[in-house]
Amino acid sequence: MTIATQEAAPVRSQEATPVRSFAAHPWVLRTASILFVLALWEWAGRVPVSIAFPTCTDTLAAFWSMLTDGTFAAAYAETAGPLITGVFLASVGGVLAGLVMGLSTRAEWFGLPVFIVLQASPSAAIIPLITFVYGIGFAAKVFAVVLLSAPVIVLNSYRGISNTPRSLVEMSHAFLASRGQRIWKIVIPAGSGLIFAGLRLGLAQGFTGAILAELLITPTGVGDLITFYRSVADYPRMFATILSIIIVASVTITLLQRAELRLLRPEMRPQ
Amino acid sequence: MTESTSMTSSPRPETAAPPAVRVAELTKEFPGGVQALGGISFDVPGGELTSIIGPSGCGKTTTLKIIAGLIDATSGRVEVDGAPVTGPGPDRAFVFQDFALMPWATVLRNAAFGLELRGMRKAEREQVAREYVAKVGLAGFEDAYPHQLSGGMRQRVGLARALAVDADILLMDEPFASVDEQIRRKFQEDLLRLLSEEKKTVIFVTHSIEEAVYVSDQVVILTRGPSRVSNVVRPGVDHSGGSDAIRRSPEYLDWVERIWAELRDYLEE
Repeated sequence: MTIATQEAAPVRSQEATPVRSFAAHPWVLRTASILFVLALWEWAGRVPVSIAFPTCTDTLAAFWSMLTDGTFAAAYAETAGPLITGVFLASVGGVLAGLVMGLSTRAEWFGLPVFIVLQASPSAAIIPLITFVYGIGFAAKVFAVVLLSAPVIVLNSYRGISNTPRSLVEMSHAFLASRGQRIWKIVIPAGSGLIFAGLRLGLAQGFTGAILAELLITPTGVGDLITFYRSVADYPRMFATILSIIIVASVTITLLQRAELRLLRPEMRPQ
Repeated sequence: MTESTSMTSSPRPETAAPPAVRVAELTKEFPGGVQALGGISFDVPGGELTSIIGPSGCGKTTTLKIIAGLIDATSGRVEVDGAPVTGPGPDRAFVFQDFALMPWATVLRNAAFGLELRGMRKAEREQVAREYVAKVGLAGFEDAYPHQLSGGMRQRVGLARALAVDADILLMDEPFASVDEQIRRKFQEDLLRLLSEEKKTVIFVTHSIEEAVYVSDQVVILTRGPSRVSNVVRPGVDHSGGSDAIRRSPEYLDWVERIWAELRDYLEE
């Protein structure tokens, strides 16, 4: 085996050097990956796999017109209300709940089963039930966002907090940290990786919750765009809306990741 | 403490000066009925380096952590300058076997952490920490993060952190266990030089007989299960001739052999 690779290696590397060094750049393959998916999409739209499946170019054209005529801006302004409120409530409450459960065994026994059950439950099926309690207004949508995003935030925070390295806790005792100092200077930074992973997943779940609420409770904002364009069979615009959700969610989550590195884990920042 | 420092040169100090640390009839039973310590007693003279040595699982680290106040003893007591230990205190600083550095903090912040917890102002504590970071040989690495350092350098940060809080007593739990052999020797010499400047009382846990003889004024030999003090010896190896000369000196080799003979008896049981 070693002989074969020794013989083959020089030949291949000589031939492939320009291509290889080009492909070695991360952005080349990343862009290629996106273009590949878009090309596949265009092909599938042209076949067509379904009359309800628009081509990539039609969708992008619809995306551009909706972006420029203010349709997206108006819809997202409407969706942002319940989304931001819900994610904010779920983040603050969820991290606090995870913190308490990670620090106190009794709170852990009391609270953990609830969130494990909630995470495993089919939340989308529960959302219509919310209307019985909260009606069809703002509160119902906020509740939907919290319902979807809270469990993952709580469980990740709890894991982050309860897995604080023992030696760091012992070190803080040895150097006379108060309980508050220990939580603030050791436990939270040590758990920040998992806490922020939970916040990112929670935010993604929050987007799902907000859109689901708009599809299932009352059509407003982005959910209304999807419902409306589906009803009038304007599939390029409907898919452009879905595409916009993916883009907005990815960008927000990436920004959150950057914020985490900047604020809490300076040593993980690329040097 | 100054009184007892003067006695370092004499081979066996009289018990006139009170010991810096007195460990009396210490027992520890872990949940589940495992008897870790079976009545340990020894005195640690001020201004000296006392090693605790013994086979693994003999309760060396447990003893040290009880002295630090990190673990409660089941019975018995520890006195520091005559006062009983009830928990961690500003008179004792700990150096951890696994370094226990915060990975998200720079060398400087890690070294200053004990002072930060005491509420010292940032500029002030960083000045103190900078001084000790330089003393342990890490000048220029103040802004590095622990993962950028080797094991030996990380333990130097742990030592700087312990020195920065200016406690009289330094408790070191196998500080060189995770450090390469070559670096360990250099580190031992640096430690001795640093301690001669700082005038600390040091309790040093190790499983290396050579290390114990090389660095210690006094060696407490523990036996296993449940652990007791087998013997307390004072090698007092003359450090004037340089490290290579010491390691070849008959006196040093003789002490290594004597402690080994003592431990071997228990291992064979």
